[in-house]
Amino acid sequence: MARKTPEINSSSTADMAFILLCFFLMTTTMDQDKGLQRRLPPMPDPNQKAQDQKVNRRNIIVVKINSADRLLAGTEPMDVSQLKDKIKEFLSNPANDPNLPEKEEKEIEGFGPCMVSKGVISLQNDRGTSYQAYIAVQNELVKAVNELRDEFAIANFGKLYIKCNEDEQKVVREAVPQNISEAEPKDVSKK
Amino acid sequence: MSKFKQKGKRTVPNPPSGSLSDIVFMLLFFFMVTTTMRETESKVQVKLPEASEIAKLERKDLTSYINIGTPTRNLQAQFGTESRIQLNDSFKTTAEIRDFIAAERDAMSEADRSFMTVAIKADENTRMGIVTDVKQELRKCSALKIMYTARKPADK
Repeated sequence: MARKTPEINSSSTADMAFILLCFFLMTTTMDQDKGLQRRLPPMPDPNQKAQDQKVNRRNIIVVKINSADRLLAGTEPMDVSQLKDKIKEFLSNPANDPNLPEKEEKEIEGFGPCMVSKGVISLQNDRGTSYQAYIAVQNELVKAVNELRDEFAIANFGKLYIKCNEDEQKVVREAVPQNISEAEPKDVSKK
Repeated sequence: MSKFKQKGKRTVPNPPSGSLSDIVFMLLFFFMVTTTMRETESKVQVKLPEASEIAKLERKDLTSYINIGTPTRNLQAQFGTESRIQLNDSFKTTAEIRDFIAAERDAMSEADRSFMTVAIKADENTRMGIVTDVKQELRKCSALKIMYTARKPADK
């Protein structure tokens, strides 16, 4: 007669699983890291003289933040809330103002020729600037670029930038570049 | 007689508990998969600044963290209230960032090294001087992809 192996009592597996579950419930952290992504410029070669000084005056807007978190965009002091519109005007240059950055016709792969602004935003800060103000300004700059990208995407693809597929996003990114340069640190207060 | 006999004895049947363990196991697997163990103990107080245009971090495993802020209260007697840089588990100076980045880079596979991101977690009241020093140091060791960690504004 074949001897039957007794079944393992499985009524306590639920309890064991509960204990494990409680452990993972306690230790789990669901937070996701989010933030503003940036690319730092590579360190200049000490043997090489600075060459990119030739960038046309009209193509650069200098945004300065001093140690009291006050903001200077171009030549005029302003509030953080005004910065976005200023940057948008600077980058889009709707009236082809000779004081605002020039545009260059550029062939974009998969799209065709397109007028691309050559504007560069240069961000300078003091050592005493608070990080909060710095991030607020960075955020406004990104917001300005994002809104321009959305406008471009709606005009050409009929939808928002995030709703576009990968190729379309690439086209938009090339048409509206995010040229934010974080300048070499210098003391703004001394000037 | 038998008509009345049944009356007092009716009880609610137990719900079947055989599948209970399966349900619990499913929950368990969910939490096991989503869990991330906290690797380092935070020694600085960091209240992240607010920013609305934030993007998600793509590869968490390719990210190194640099925490900047004032030491937590129980460490203030020892380290003061000046902003400090925390790498891994201890306070470091800006000069030591280079070794930290080199070590982090060595731990990654060859193909992933170019995607390495450095997340700067700085307190909102930090002065930019220390952040600038960190950025310069990162530029020197060519860890150019950085992220300023921020949080979404609460009122949205």
